[in-house]
Amino acid sequence: MIATTYPALFRLILPETIVAATALVVLTVDLVLMRDAGTRLRFAIGALISCIGCAGSIALMLIAPQQANIFDGILVIDPQTPLIQIALLVLTILMILISIESTFTKHVGEYLALVLFAATSMMFLVSSQNLLLIFISLELLSLSLYILAAFDKRSAQSAEASLKYFLFGATSAAFMLFGFSLVYGLTGSTNLTQIADATKGRPLDPLLIAAIVMTIIGFGFKVAAVPFHFWAPDVYEGAPPVSAALIASSSKVAGIVIFYQVMVIGFSGVETPGVWKDHMPVWVPAIACLAALSMVLGNLVAIRQASVRRLLAYSAIAHVGYMLLALVSHTEQSFSALLYYALTYALTTIGAFGVVAVVEAKIGGDKLSDFSGLSRRAPVLSFCMLIFMLSLAGIPPLAGFFGKFYIFAAALAAAPQTLGLLWLVILAIAMSAVSLYYYLQVLKRIYIADPPADAGPIQVSVVSQIVLCLIAFGVALLGCAPNILLGRL
Amino acid sequence: MGHLRFGILIMLAWTIYISFLGVLALLLLPKASVRAARIIALIATVGGLAVTLTAFAQQKSGTIVTVVRIPWIPSLGIEYHLAADGISLTLLLLTGIVATAGIFFSWNIEHRAKEFFAFYLVLIGGVYGVFLSFDLFLLFVFYEIAIIPKYFLIAIWGSTRREYAAMKLVLYSLVGSAMVLIGLIAAYVLAGAKTMNLADLAQFPFPIHFQMWAFPLVFVGFGILAGLWPFHTWAPTGHVAAPTAASMLLAGVVMKLGAYGCLRVAMVLFPRGLDAWGFYVLGLGSWRDVFALLALIGIVYGAMVALVQKDFKFVIGYSSVSHMGFVLLGLMTLTQTGLSGAVLQIFSHGILAGLLFAVVGRMVYDRTHTRDLDELEKINLYKFIPFAAVTFVVASMASIGLPGFSGFVAELQVLIGAWRAFPLYAIVAGIGIMIGVAYTWRAMQKAFIGKAESGSQHPSLPPISIPERIGAIILIGASLTIGLYPQLILSRIIPALNSPLFDGLRKGSW
Repeated sequence: MIATTYPALFRLILPETIVAATALVVLTVDLVLMRDAGTRLRFAIGALISCIGCAGSIALMLIAPQQANIFDGILVIDPQTPLIQIALLVLTILMILISIESTFTKHVGEYLALVLFAATSMMFLVSSQNLLLIFISLELLSLSLYILAAFDKRSAQSAEASLKYFLFGATSAAFMLFGFSLVYGLTGSTNLTQIADATKGRPLDPLLIAAIVMTIIGFGFKVAAVPFHFWAPDVYEGAPPVSAALIASSSKVAGIVIFYQVMVIGFSGVETPGVWKDHMPVWVPAIACLAALSMVLGNLVAIRQASVRRLLAYSAIAHVGYMLLALVSHTEQSFSALLYYALTYALTTIGAFGVVAVVEAKIGGDKLSDFSGLSRRAPVLSFCMLIFMLSLAGIPPLAGFFGKFYIFAAALAAAPQTLGLLWLVILAIAMSAVSLYYYLQVLKRIYIADPPADAGPIQVSVVSQIVLCLIAFGVALLGCAPNILLGRL
Repeated sequence: MGHLRFGILIMLAWTIYISFLGVLALLLLPKASVRAARIIALIATVGGLAVTLTAFAQQKSGTIVTVVRIPWIPSLGIEYHLAADGISLTLLLLTGIVATAGIFFSWNIEHRAKEFFAFYLVLIGGVYGVFLSFDLFLLFVFYEIAIIPKYFLIAIWGSTRREYAAMKLVLYSLVGSAMVLIGLIAAYVLAGAKTMNLADLAQFPFPIHFQMWAFPLVFVGFGILAGLWPFHTWAPTGHVAAPTAASMLLAGVVMKLGAYGCLRVAMVLFPRGLDAWGFYVLGLGSWRDVFALLALIGIVYGAMVALVQKDFKFVIGYSSVSHMGFVLLGLMTLTQTGLSGAVLQIFSHGILAGLLFAVVGRMVYDRTHTRDLDELEKINLYKFIPFAAVTFVVASMASIGLPGFSGFVAELQVLIGAWRAFPLYAIVAGIGIMIGVAYTWRAMQKAFIGKAESGSQHPSLPPISIPERIGAIILIGASLTIGLYPQLILSRIIPALNSPLFDGLRKGSW
């Protein structure tokens, strides 16, 4: 047991502290020193400080990795945790770099600070196995996201999106907290491992079932699984592009990872005789239903969308469906499959939203028709979008394909003799074949449709181009050499 | 000597790399340089062809030779494993020939030429990759890489209902590959999730009930791309809509990917899926009977539909379905003659379909801007472009089975093989060949000989260009060579069929 003195504790959460402190620095610098500077300059300086802070935190985790499990699982740092945290910070940096050109707000300092606060809360979230801290981090994350969604004050849509997000989010938080309180009441602990021990072998208690259902509902809202997905399309459409990217990518990674931890560690003891296994946790069929519904509904509704952002929202719902497969199979392998999938998905989504942000800024909308002939107006941007869309559709050799393959193989391998989850895998593969149809709709606009008659080439800023190309390169690289990431999971 | 041979076979991997390097070069090429784009594409395809020809000449035995084998994703047992046996070599050679000829026939592409050749080379690289992969994960990766470029090639540079046809083709392909993926993942997991190696998985005794559903799943999955009736409908619309070079690749190479997958993956992995069910449904007692019947229906149906087409390209499109029926029928005979005939037919039809599409799409349509046989009949094309007419006559004679060309040997072998397994089917397939003579004759007559109406002098047609002549000569030469000396390919296919890989199918001896 590590001595839990304050200096030791401070040392353990130093990476998080650095990010939080950076947020405060950015806020101060912006408010005190740069009141009169132009938005571009303020964004540039603020982004620079933020990136340095994130990079510093990453460097610290790389140079001095630590392990800990203190205070009843409040802070758990196992070998995988820093990796997830680093990935989340990298995603944050990319997001900040993409937002550098935005003009939707004058409150640059507040904006960047909120992004960093969100990053901090995600880092705490993935390093905790205690319901209390999980809830607090989740709420800190959600509060940052609510404000970020509303950040475009000139747009009524942004306000509407934020309000919807807030109302749904608050409801889900209430459900989750209620569920957590029942769990605490039944087991007397908030530590996931202790909860599992306390519930192991006990007959099924209706209250416990209620607690699990509440928890699933709560997390279902957070990760936007069907039937708790209603907020997603509106938020993705209305929020400023970079906020939408944050909601769609890194917050989703953190959300699904912690969902996995709570269900698989916390509720693993509550078992029933299973269909494809002798014994399985009682929540598995429920999650299987959520997964199936999300895949089917997300993919089918996405076909009908005319707005690229809404299309991405429904595709996100579908992708959550695939990720939930990992919860259903819940083996060690499925956790690393889940991480690979979630991280590469987040990377791809940031890229896609980055392209949408540029198109919105230059052409003025995110309708499919706004993308017409983009390949002749901005070839590099279009090529990046080609990579992102094909990766999301699961076309090799891009990251999305290997992610799907791994998650499906892990699902089948959970019951290798009976192939118990075959039906779910078949559904998932069939639906991902469907998904290519709507991703191709976007690419069809970009590559095949003719550009508007008066359209000239689009000037994309150097920073955006470099960042998007880097992301596209990353997506291709992780697909061609999955071992780069897989070897560390 | 041994070292040298080894070195040259190592080069086979470069067929893939050259194609993708070509793509890279095209992407980095500054705009507007159509000529440079063409040259790069030509270098890449000729380079691939040169490598395959050399390897083909060096590797006379047809047994499996490993080209590259390095771990790729060690934790999952997935390897980057390229290897070639006689069957792969034959198909690589086919790919090289058709790809090179295709570049000659797309010499007139001016619109977004750089992108055209880039997509073209991605497709070719993927196809080479499939034929070389001996790791099933890798094979699937290349298989899917080959799907996407087809969409853009057809939708951007195509004609008649191009966007519809492109989407239909891609969705059909993808549904097929989804079925394949399900079967592959299930097989991988059942065998312990330790390896994706084809030879290792082929050795694994999968339970018979598993093989009984996995075999048809994977076979149909690949069969969709091979034009298996009734899943062939993407083929005619896709071929017709595609630009000439893409039609050539579709019919010449891509459909062959499907047939190759049926043989190399479905049949090799799940040989017992072909066993008798033990009961009969409508007189069919096994999946083998079912697919043989579907192949036969494809042969006859394709030929009959081709007989009544108005659009010249549709005639060739449906004839592809008919000829691919012979490949699938050959596979289902499970005899050495039938199987080697099927591979030979893959080669032969790849060359000839490429040639026919080149005549119809490039030589005729690009000049007359019509493919309507009734319209063409009025022009009397023979007078204006005799080279096209002669090429078409040669190609169609070869494809209906004129001795001396590749089609004859191939279909004859399939029929002999089928005669032993399904005598009745062999007779019906023979009738299919007769109908083939009829539709070919009709198309030829209408398109080229026609009724010369007085005074209907067609405005001057541009003469057949040099690149077109080169392309046609390459293809005719290939068909003639194999027709006169089939042993060239058979001597490599037969040892491959007798290798341990096919033990499960062979059951002792053929």
